[in-house]
Amino acid sequence: MAQETKYLSEFYHLPEFKGLTGYKKNGGYADLVKALKMPPQLIIDEVKASGLRGRGGAGFSTGMKWGFLPKNNEPRYLLCNADEGEPGTFKDRMMMEKAPHQLIEGMIISAFAIGSKKSYIYVRGEYDESIATLEVAIREAYTAGYLGKNILGSGFDHDMDIYRGAGAYICGEETGMISSLEGLKGQPKLKPPFPAVQGYLKKPTIVNNVETLAVVKYVIRDGAAHYKKMGTEKSAGTKLFSLSGNITKPGNYEVPLGFPLKDMIYGLGGGFKAGRKLKAVIPGGSSAPVLNAEESEKALMDYENLAQMGSMLGSGAIIVIDDSQCMVQCLANLTHFYHHESCGQCTPCREGTGWLDKITHSILSGQGRLQDIELLLKISDNMKGRTICALSDAAALPVISFVTKFRDEFEFFVREGKSKVKGTAYKGTSHVEMHH
Amino acid sequence: MFQLSPEGKEQVLSELKRYEAKQSAVLPALYIGQRENKGFITPAVIQELSKVMEIPESQINEVFTFYTMYNKKNVGKYHIQICRTLSCMINGADELAAHMCNELNVKLDQMTPDGRFTVSEVECLGSCGTAPMMQIGNKYFENLTPESAMNLIRMMK
Repeated sequence: MAQETKYLSEFYHLPEFKGLTGYKKNGGYADLVKALKMPPQLIIDEVKASGLRGRGGAGFSTGMKWGFLPKNNEPRYLLCNADEGEPGTFKDRMMMEKAPHQLIEGMIISAFAIGSKKSYIYVRGEYDESIATLEVAIREAYTAGYLGKNILGSGFDHDMDIYRGAGAYICGEETGMISSLEGLKGQPKLKPPFPAVQGYLKKPTIVNNVETLAVVKYVIRDGAAHYKKMGTEKSAGTKLFSLSGNITKPGNYEVPLGFPLKDMIYGLGGGFKAGRKLKAVIPGGSSAPVLNAEESEKALMDYENLAQMGSMLGSGAIIVIDDSQCMVQCLANLTHFYHHESCGQCTPCREGTGWLDKITHSILSGQGRLQDIELLLKISDNMKGRTICALSDAAALPVISFVTKFRDEFEFFVREGKSKVKGTAYKGTSHVEMHH
Repeated sequence: MFQLSPEGKEQVLSELKRYEAKQSAVLPALYIGQRENKGFITPAVIQELSKVMEIPESQINEVFTFYTMYNKKNVGKYHIQICRTLSCMINGADELAAHMCNELNVKLDQMTPDGRFTVSEVECLGSCGTAPMMQIGNKYFENLTPESAMNLIRMMK
């Protein structure tokens, strides 16, 4: 029987874990005490050796990212990416609301390692409860002497604050987030220079996801070798997966990387409603190419296996789609999302997302032409690798995978003017303007 | 004419000192202006913020228009924001939105004549495991059916 490995989430079921007293009772801040006695470079080396990779989506080695900071005394910032917005993802919200001190402790240890005196948690504006919970926790941490001047007598000073976003998916991209924190439109910046060299206010800045920073505490507690033993060779550790869509038991589940997707769906997720069966899975948030049923049965949830299958682990958001769903409608939902969220800076993305949205909705209304299917692929192809950030690719990849793997549904819709699955053209609360 | 209240002005001034860069206060200041102007931003709000913050109107305006949480027009006292993105759609967000509009006799983004409700569709709110869902004000309401959502709305009337 499929089981969770509750490593980060061991105490999430305890309401007391949210407050400082309950957190300390369950091992809280013990690893900060330990870390403050370690040479900072040793912490960086441990994190590097642990194999920890960024949990927000890109999967880049955390220790290596930290290693890009200049080796001098220049002031530097730690920025926690809590702008969780990748459709399907809701793990960071749970972490902030159930275990705010876990994040704060991980951040103080990380800040000490990289020599940062100031950190921000950039939380998406809609997450009011996360923000309120973090505000209380940060105050508690200041009162207890875990934040502020001369933390626990170590001589290390660190201040932490929260920054509230205002509704823009693109601010989850690290340079977009930096623009937003600077009080500007959240438009990404051209790299290089990378944020580690030139970030917030042109100062070196490390941007890490909520889950990534929380893990740092446990790498210090158990050591890199222990952490690396969990998961697979190139995908170390456990990961929180957000399971949603057509599934009996949606929710966040923590398992070691390399966990079979089918055990996630049929075991932890409880499978499908009676009479329904698996049609497709988006394994890593809406930007990850879709897997068909056959691929989903074989997939292992780790970075390299999903990459080999032409998809990606992304943020760990698994969206399950059963055979009652129309793939044309699912894709049109996503093209609308990316069109809405494109920041408008780069032409291929601004124009491309608009056309993908219009064409998929034209098909959905029963007005599609056969050449529209090729046009979708051609536009997507022209959007890849031609822009400042990855949003354009993220918008193009679902289109290519949906159209390629479920082409019969698209062709049927164009030919018959109605969905192969639902038997009708789209009759939603349509907010989409039709262009012909 | 719009003027910040003394407390609102005080808050804006303290946000100006809160971050390393003065400009970083623009996002929080817009929230304060919105709150004090019945939930939406007008050119007069931008003018007032510009004066108080000593930051050009154009710089505040481009931030205001970029982000979705700053309202461009008046919304109801209860702004019902229904998540429309994939996991919610799969679980009936369309039907939820249609039902709410129907029951309140409004179109999407239109305010009820009594000024109490506006129904909008928004992109992923990070609540995909409890779909479908809606946000009203700062609060999330999850695992909804069209009926349970309307029952919540009736209690707000």
